[in-house]
Amino acid sequence: MAERSFKKEVEKLRLGAGEHFEGEGILAVTKALLQAGVAYVGGYQGSPISHLMDVFADADPLLKELGVHFESSANEAAAGAMLAASVNYPLRGAVAWKSVVGTNVASDALSNLASGGVTGGALIIIGEDYGEGSSIMQERTHAFAMKSQMWLLDPRPNLATMVDMVEKGFELSEASNTPVMLEMRVRSCHMTGSFVAKENRRPAMTVGDAAERPTRDLDRIVLPPAIFLHEIEKVERRWPAAQAFIRDNRLNEWFGPERDEIGIIVQGGLFNTLNRALELAGLSDTWGGTKLPVYCLNAVYPLIVDEVTQFCAGKKAVLVLEEGQPEFIEHELSSILRRADLNTRIVGKEVMPRAGEYSGQVIGEGLALFLEQWAPDRAPTRAQSMPAEPELAANVPARPAGFCTGCPERPIFSAMKLVQRELGQLHVSADIGCHLFSILPPFHIGNTTMGYGLGTAGASAFKPNGSGKRAVAMMGDGGFWHNGLTSGIGNAVFNQDDTVTIVVDNGYSAATGGQDILSSRADNDIRTTKHPIEKAVRGMGVRWARTLTRTYDVARMRDTLREALTTPEKGPKVIVAQSECMLNKQRRIKPQLARAASEGKRVVRERFGVDADTCTGDHACIRLSGCPSLSIRPNPDPLRQHPVTHIDNSCVGCGNCGEVAHAAVLCPSFWKATVVTNPGWWERKAAKLRGWIIAKMQRRHERALAARAF
Amino acid sequence: MDIFNQGRDRITIAILALGGEGGGVLAEWVQVVARANGYVAQGTSVPGVAQRTGSTVYYIELVRTGSQGDNRPDPVLAMMPVPGDVDIVIASELMEAGRAILRGFVSQDRTTLIGSTHRVYAISEKSALGDGTGANARILDAAERRAARFIGFDMAAAAQGAGSVISSVMFGALAGSGALPFSREAFEEAVRHGGKAVAANLKGFASGFEAAEKGVAASSEVQQDRKPTTAAGRALHERLCRTLPQAAHALATEGVARLMDYQDAAYAELYLDRVERFAALDPALAAPAARHLALWMAFEDPIRVADLKIRAARSSRIAQEVRVSEGQLLRVTEYMHPRLQEVCETLPRGLGARILNSPGLRRRLEPFFARGRHVETTGLRWFLTLRGLAAMRPMRRKSLRYAVEQARIERWLALAERAAATDIAAGAEILACQALVKGYSDTFERGIANLEAVLATAERHLLGRPDAAMQIAALREAALKDEEGKALGCAIAEVAPARLAS
Repeated sequence: MAERSFKKEVEKLRLGAGEHFEGEGILAVTKALLQAGVAYVGGYQGSPISHLMDVFADADPLLKELGVHFESSANEAAAGAMLAASVNYPLRGAVAWKSVVGTNVASDALSNLASGGVTGGALIIIGEDYGEGSSIMQERTHAFAMKSQMWLLDPRPNLATMVDMVEKGFELSEASNTPVMLEMRVRSCHMTGSFVAKENRRPAMTVGDAAERPTRDLDRIVLPPAIFLHEIEKVERRWPAAQAFIRDNRLNEWFGPERDEIGIIVQGGLFNTLNRALELAGLSDTWGGTKLPVYCLNAVYPLIVDEVTQFCAGKKAVLVLEEGQPEFIEHELSSILRRADLNTRIVGKEVMPRAGEYSGQVIGEGLALFLEQWAPDRAPTRAQSMPAEPELAANVPARPAGFCTGCPERPIFSAMKLVQRELGQLHVSADIGCHLFSILPPFHIGNTTMGYGLGTAGASAFKPNGSGKRAVAMMGDGGFWHNGLTSGIGNAVFNQDDTVTIVVDNGYSAATGGQDILSSRADNDIRTTKHPIEKAVRGMGVRWARTLTRTYDVARMRDTLREALTTPEKGPKVIVAQSECMLNKQRRIKPQLARAASEGKRVVRERFGVDADTCTGDHACIRLSGCPSLSIRPNPDPLRQHPVTHIDNSCVGCGNCGEVAHAAVLCPSFWKATVVTNPGWWERKAAKLRGWIIAKMQRRHERALAARAF
Repeated sequence: MDIFNQGRDRITIAILALGGEGGGVLAEWVQVVARANGYVAQGTSVPGVAQRTGSTVYYIELVRTGSQGDNRPDPVLAMMPVPGDVDIVIASELMEAGRAILRGFVSQDRTTLIGSTHRVYAISEKSALGDGTGANARILDAAERRAARFIGFDMAAAAQGAGSVISSVMFGALAGSGALPFSREAFEEAVRHGGKAVAANLKGFASGFEAAEKGVAASSEVQQDRKPTTAAGRALHERLCRTLPQAAHALATEGVARLMDYQDAAYAELYLDRVERFAALDPALAAPAARHLALWMAFEDPIRVADLKIRAARSSRIAQEVRVSEGQLLRVTEYMHPRLQEVCETLPRGLGARILNSPGLRRRLEPFFARGRHVETTGLRWFLTLRGLAAMRPMRRKSLRYAVEQARIERWLALAERAAATDIAAGAEILACQALVKGYSDTFERGIANLEAVLATAERHLLGRPDAAMQIAALREAALKDEEGKALGCAIAEVAPARLAS
């Protein structure tokens, strides 16, 4: 099992009718799925929806009681394809992933699903990773909804609304035979709040029931001539059905006065930020009591023509708040108004930035511009902010993400840096995962990243000149099982690519929160694990494969990498670099060790340190490591002026700095302290004797020093 | 201090923390105490990759719960701080407080800024070849000026003192600041509600609470002047007080003490002879000469390293640093990698040079010194080995390394003297170039090569020019820019365009 327990969260999923749920947005949505009688759930972990996957993975007994099937899908395409269960049967199904990347991976399945349409409600929970703190390219999932004609919900950040949208989303999907996407923004996922729970509902039909009594409908299969029928159906039947449902169930909301000559149309997800901007402009309050008409789109696709025209009629101008680009909603609104022959001016990207997150400040500035032009009497007076201090900025360093303390991936890149000293710069095709932090200081390794599991494929074009330099590809175990085995390794074997792939095998899908995967070493009651990666690549036809079982052995890592880069063997070379993810290892062993120590068992703790009096403050060790616990401090030596290296007590004793000091022949300042709790009898006696002799000699040395001292 | 009632009934709190510091736990505590005391609380964050060592903002809004029957809708709360609208900023580290100021979260009219004054260095600061750290004083000054109220103290030290974590100290400081309308007991109840490490967290909470209430000033330690303890020490001290200007006394005293510990009183006399040469040229040269000469003359050869590693003071320092408690055993292992080069340099001059100059001997001997050693200094075998090595101190003057270093020192001093004869500032800059000599093996060789390149450029192209001092300082800065010597190469090419240094 993954090393984190979600028992507390699972308890929240059991809340009954009338009880108060308190927690994060994504957990509220998780609970809402059970309240809506979902029959099956799948997905692939990733911020910001990992929590949903983690909690379901820990909720096996509850899911069994309810007859709900949960799957940790191999990737988003697998999850998307799983929704096929809702095509023929009245099964409500939901899948979740990080978007836009997950939607990219799933798009083939989603296109097929959207073409044939669904019988049971199909809900795709989209964790839209956009804006501050995002780790992926900045694109909009909105485009996928439009091109495949799936409906897109973007509920305003309020737990009750989000929970309601899950239920309504299933109903909308069933009413229009179309899969529905529920967009959850990062902050909404992590936002805390409360709602009144309902009883969980057992699905009327379980996946087992459906398997028992299969039915088929040729018209639902994506093959000519049905595909032409689907296209017509989408336009003539499903689209109007969806619009009718959204209108009749009032999924969108209206705030503020009914009549005004200006108004605001906002994506539901931005509503709270808009309200704060209005409040600061003196046009609303903490309770959403806006003094301007606001039309809040909880359903952003499709738009409801009647609602739009009614809202805009009689208004001179309407501000549209639509985050990201291109501005699909703004275009659509303009078309609707043009067709309705309404002269309301749509003001969107002309006052709002085309790119970047719409923060309170950004919306506030756009709002001020809008009001200055269209209602100057209500425009806020611009507050005088304190003058900026540019040289203050020069003093505050950036803090790029990096490997955790003791991360087993660090020595891989330390070794690679050492190999580059011998062989020169390498072209490194990076992948998605924690190992991508290699591109940042202090390693500066990696040229491109093409997607999850695509590191090897991203290196496939680099055919070396004769016995020239080979390209290196990185891949994590997560990406390997996601698709790297086929699109990377299989591709390289078939094409006889002369590349070197390093697969980081740390036992978890670590970057997404430490979930188990096929090659995890942990026992898992409900999944199978311990499928070795080397066996898989050999099965694929790789002839040169090595597994290193301790990445911290920097010298061995360096030598193996050098060998892979220089061996006469042609074809793909694969190095599987194994060591457990330190974050998860600490979660696993810390409580174990504490328990063992308190029970009087022998426990060994290691940590590293640096002697300040031999450290000369060059920090070469930091440039080969970047470990958070390996830092600096003011030099205690009054003669020296540069800070010395220092290891703080957060050190977990992984050994990397010592090994790097050895492999790179750095300096003798590193020491490892081994602290033994509850040592054995012999161990104590021997240590006492040794200590006595050493102390005696130290005293003599001390006297000699004192004699020649200042 | 009543800051939450400035014409609105909500309180906004931004917490800036680094991944793994418990910012999430702190945010949770704040919400728990608020909810238990008549407030609606909403928290958000953007963890993602920023969680891993990056800086993260947790944002909380609190609104008084309406009385029953007042028929209010749910409050609509913001999910990110708006500049100028933040009542309380809590920063877990000094530069994060600086970041909060830069992002506009701290405003003079309403913000209580609660920040730890300790530093967690960023990778750009840590990986510099010299000193890349930001200026703490600048941030403290901005915090004082730009916040309505600034409560700053070293929360990491407070946490360590209390045997707790920084998040509990920050929570205590928040409670002690009085910026939230809840009692101390209510805050403590929230810690208990969390249920984890309650006793330790309450201790951390208490130390944070008291520090914030009192507004403790940062303690400043005054460095005690070193006093001689032996007759030889007293003689040398008297001599330097007599021959050197006052400004150089502290550094020269330190230098004399260092070299007596390193070798003997005679070596310290040689040191003073050299420093006095510069003091005679100009009193302003005495201090830089005292500093840099002491550092170079106490070069780190294997004898010195062994001597430092086996001292009792070091053993107790390590035991303290790793917090060894009663009944636990401590073993210490050193990571040493003496190459044939270092071994030969420790040997008597003739023997060492013969081995190093003989390709055949080198080839045969090098494999013995190709691998790093795990030297357990708490074990008898290695302790005795190092003790024996340290005991070679009296023979150091005959060693190859000693001869090499003294020759280098003399060349460097001669150039500095030559420069100083006409340009005191240039002489001082040349003395300061010693700072380029650092580390061991490859690192040391890189430093020496850089130093020699700088000195050669100075000698050939800069001495006599009016901007010589400035140029030498610029070359030194360039040498500390990158490991590959790119910046230094460019800088040298600039002052010596005709002869491009390699």
